[in-house]
Amino acid sequence: MIFLQLFIVFTKIGAFNFGGGYAMLSLIHNEVVEKNQWLTSAEFTDIVAVSQSTPGPIGINCATYTGYTAVINEGYPEWMAVLGAVLASLSVLWVPFLLMLTISKILLKYSKNQTIGNIFSVLRPAIVGFIAAAAILLMSADNFGSPSDSPFQFVVSLLLFIFAFVGTRLYRIHPILIIILAGIAGLIIY
Amino acid sequence: MNTNLLSMFLVFAKIGAFTLGGGYAMVPIMEKDIVDRHQWLTREEFMDVLIVAQSTPGLFAINMASHIGNKTMGVLGGIVASFGVALPSIVSILLIAMFFRAFKDNIYIEKIFMGVRPAVVALIAAPCFSMARAAKLSLSNLWIPVVSCLLITLFGVSPIWIILVAGLAGYLYGRFKTNS
Repeated sequence: MIFLQLFIVFTKIGAFNFGGGYAMLSLIHNEVVEKNQWLTSAEFTDIVAVSQSTPGPIGINCATYTGYTAVINEGYPEWMAVLGAVLASLSVLWVPFLLMLTISKILLKYSKNQTIGNIFSVLRPAIVGFIAAAAILLMSADNFGSPSDSPFQFVVSLLLFIFAFVGTRLYRIHPILIIILAGIAGLIIY
Repeated sequence: MNTNLLSMFLVFAKIGAFTLGGGYAMVPIMEKDIVDRHQWLTREEFMDVLIVAQSTPGLFAINMASHIGNKTMGVLGGIVASFGVALPSIVSILLIAMFFRAFKDNIYIEKIFMGVRPAVVALIAAPCFSMARAAKLSLSNLWIPVVSCLLITLFGVSPIWIILVAGLAGYLYGRFKTNS
């Protein structure tokens, strides 16, 4: 039964994913392409690419797409495939949601606790480093263009980076507005 | 529907809709709307949520949404926020799966994203500075973010290990301080 399989596989993917995002890709590939063969390897690469240019967490994107495609490939009608997509998406969410809710309750109860306070006094500086690391790792040729192969794109990217940074830090422009403006700039310039 | 729950849903739906590539890309938008605009959390509390979301399994976005929702408006708030952050993703992928299989090859879409990608990287970098203040960074503890950043970027260390070690260090530091 395809629906039960989707539920089990995506529950597993949701429950065993630490750190979110790209960390879960190898797990999804293993389950969806190798074990269950719901998607071909090429289809999987496509969905990763689509996830980068569509809104939302990559895990949910993969679940939605796989749920839809797997049910269609089994020969069910379109409305059943939509149900499959929604089912797979909710399956990936419910375990982390309940877990986080529990942790959240515990944390709120003991947030005034001295020991918890000490632990977080070291963790807070560390998370600043995490965010810096995320930004540094994204400063790649994929996102900026390479200075040797596509110098024009590289220079435009640097300018857009600086405008976005100054816009958000100094002028407090809303990040969503910056994303929209950068998109319009890309459409005009390239 | 309660107006607060409705605004919680709308804020998280907006965050879900404008997060491209997932994960940390939503941090600047969350910071702006949740800390600055609605003041549902202080910046310190926001950072604590980041730490917890990072160190529990599951999707970063859902972890953030369920904790922030629960903290400000209880379990129902957590459900509403999580549903809000997931909905734009489900709807857009469903539409793509149904109608636009060639979406990613569209030349105009590609142009837009060539502009968007570097801006998103800048948006991810920017909160470092506002959060550095909230984390009470000074010369004495500046090494903590620098070392954790280097461990991740140069050595590919998982943030989970850094959280475990840093948490333990904070615990021991507190014990040591109270004893002496």
